[in-house]
Amino acid sequence: MRATAGDTSQDGRPRRRLPGNRSLAGLGILVAVLAPFVDASDYALSVMTSALLFVMLAAGLNIVVGYCGLLDLGYAAFFAIGAYTSGILATRLHWPLLATVPVVIAAAVLAGIVIGGPTLRLRSDYLAIVTLGFGEIIRITATNLSITGGPSGIYGIPGLDVFGVDLSGPVGFYYACVAIVALAVLAAARLGRSRIGRAWRFVREDEDAAEAMGIHTYKVKLAAYIAGAIWGGLAGILFGAQLTAISPQSFTFLQSALILMAVVLGGMGSTPGIVVGAVFVSVLPELLRGAADYRFFLFGVLLIVVMIFRPQGVWPSRAAERLTGRGRSGTSEEPEGALQ
Amino acid sequence: MSQLLWNGLFVGSFYALVALGYSMVYGIIKLLNFAHGDIYMLGAFTGFAVLTLGGGLVSSLGFLALLVVLVVAMLATGVFGLVLEQVAYRPLRNAPRLSVLITAVGASFAIEYGMRLVAGPNPQVYPVRLGGQAVEVLGARLTLQQVGLVLIAVVLMAGLQWLVMGTSTGRAMRAISMDPKASLYMGINVNKVISRTFFLGSALAGAAGVMAGAYYGKIDFLMGFIIGLKAFTAAVIGGIGNIKGAMLGGLALGMLESFGTAWLGGQWRDVFAFGFLILFLTVRPTGILGERVTERV
Repeated sequence: MRATAGDTSQDGRPRRRLPGNRSLAGLGILVAVLAPFVDASDYALSVMTSALLFVMLAAGLNIVVGYCGLLDLGYAAFFAIGAYTSGILATRLHWPLLATVPVVIAAAVLAGIVIGGPTLRLRSDYLAIVTLGFGEIIRITATNLSITGGPSGIYGIPGLDVFGVDLSGPVGFYYACVAIVALAVLAAARLGRSRIGRAWRFVREDEDAAEAMGIHTYKVKLAAYIAGAIWGGLAGILFGAQLTAISPQSFTFLQSALILMAVVLGGMGSTPGIVVGAVFVSVLPELLRGAADYRFFLFGVLLIVVMIFRPQGVWPSRAAERLTGRGRSGTSEEPEGALQ
Repeated sequence: MSQLLWNGLFVGSFYALVALGYSMVYGIIKLLNFAHGDIYMLGAFTGFAVLTLGGGLVSSLGFLALLVVLVVAMLATGVFGLVLEQVAYRPLRNAPRLSVLITAVGASFAIEYGMRLVAGPNPQVYPVRLGGQAVEVLGARLTLQQVGLVLIAVVLMAGLQWLVMGTSTGRAMRAISMDPKASLYMGINVNKVISRTFFLGSALAGAAGVMAGAYYGKIDFLMGFIIGLKAFTAAVIGGIGNIKGAMLGGLALGMLESFGTAWLGGQWRDVFAFGFLILFLTVRPTGILGERVTERV
């Protein structure tokens, strides 16, 4: 009984905040739905679709880095696993893309366990560098195996087809992506607010205290890592469907670093932040074609500057979370406000 | 067989030089310096710049001139490491670990693509190429230059070992790696010692960069990425934070790669090395000579 009482009092706070988040989500989806009415050229649609995929990747990485505080530097590996698994099944065995989803999820979970299993027991910095190595392993393996098409990759991946509705055209695929990515982002956000989401934040803030409070930190971290892997794998399916061809060059460390950049710049753990960050990081190169040489240099400098001066990112995740969580200063202040 | 051993020893001594800096920095402030591999790259490019400016004067002197270039590049990369620590890492000394790691990734990125801005995206060819006559020793073909490079690496490592075990700076380093706060109370200038550690580690990486440039003949702005990963693998195999461990780990990784390449083929070399890293972390995360690797409260 006490537990439920505690839940409702905690629920009070999210419920007050939810309308804000909901209208933000609505606004985001509205912008995404209306954007083709501004410019529906094939180029604009492909840029926007790529931005959506980037948002999905950022949402997945945000679970690992933002919620749980684990640094994953090889996130593109899961993206690659998703793209290659669905690509191979779709081109060699002629499966429809939708049918490859369960296999991709299984492959992503397996990869998450293989990498996360041994390393998450160790100091958290080890994960960073092991994931870096893992990203290279996947890329080199894809380059050298014949089933993955070697350096030239896989081509002729069919477009998306949902129960007889053909969504392979640029407009249809864009709207399909809007729906899927919106679902993925919302699901990640809800996951972050759930019971396990609270456990993730607890582990991020103080692992020893979390362990002392009875949280199985290893399992919780592994869950975050696997969840991130699933998001990355699913984004990989969409990536293959969008480009109809994939090759190892799409899954380099640069790709992983750019996703990380989106999450860090936008604000680790903040859903609106990472969406804005991902759109910014993916669209900026299109706007700054001439400054391509400076781009990555500036990104690197920006990472250092952000970490030193504004570690919470451009759009911080509920900056008040720590304050309200600690000692209920939020609730004690409110009656005073009401009195005035 | 002996050829494989020699190849392993040769490559391993490069890995060991880079792994030392990784391991020293990690041992003293528990920071994974992702930019360490890029400092190796900077060393190669500094050597390249000096050799190009020196022109004909240098190439006529051969191996001796390379030693001078080596010293210049070591000083330059050492100073760079020192500046990097002060600009990027020192403000975050007490920040959460995630922030510091991300900063290190940012530093690595900035160095790589900063060098790309300076030197261009295409590989540069080193003006001095150490080819040389091959001599047959116990069935292994080795050149005098290879032997020279391995000797330089050994001398540098011996020098470091003396510095860490025999001087007051070294004693201060070891004290800080055990307990930074207590060292501060004992009157050690912690910031100064950390700066010196960065200087030493970066100088060693820079030396390895020049040697690699002179030996392989080709350098590019991304050459530090893989070697940084390999050096970390070497440091983990030997036991991270442990100086002898880093040397041992470098040699072990060199041997592993040499035999792995002979067995599986060259294109799988990196996969083999990183796969081994994951395996090692599963079976013996403390490395061959390492202490316990647990999160300190």
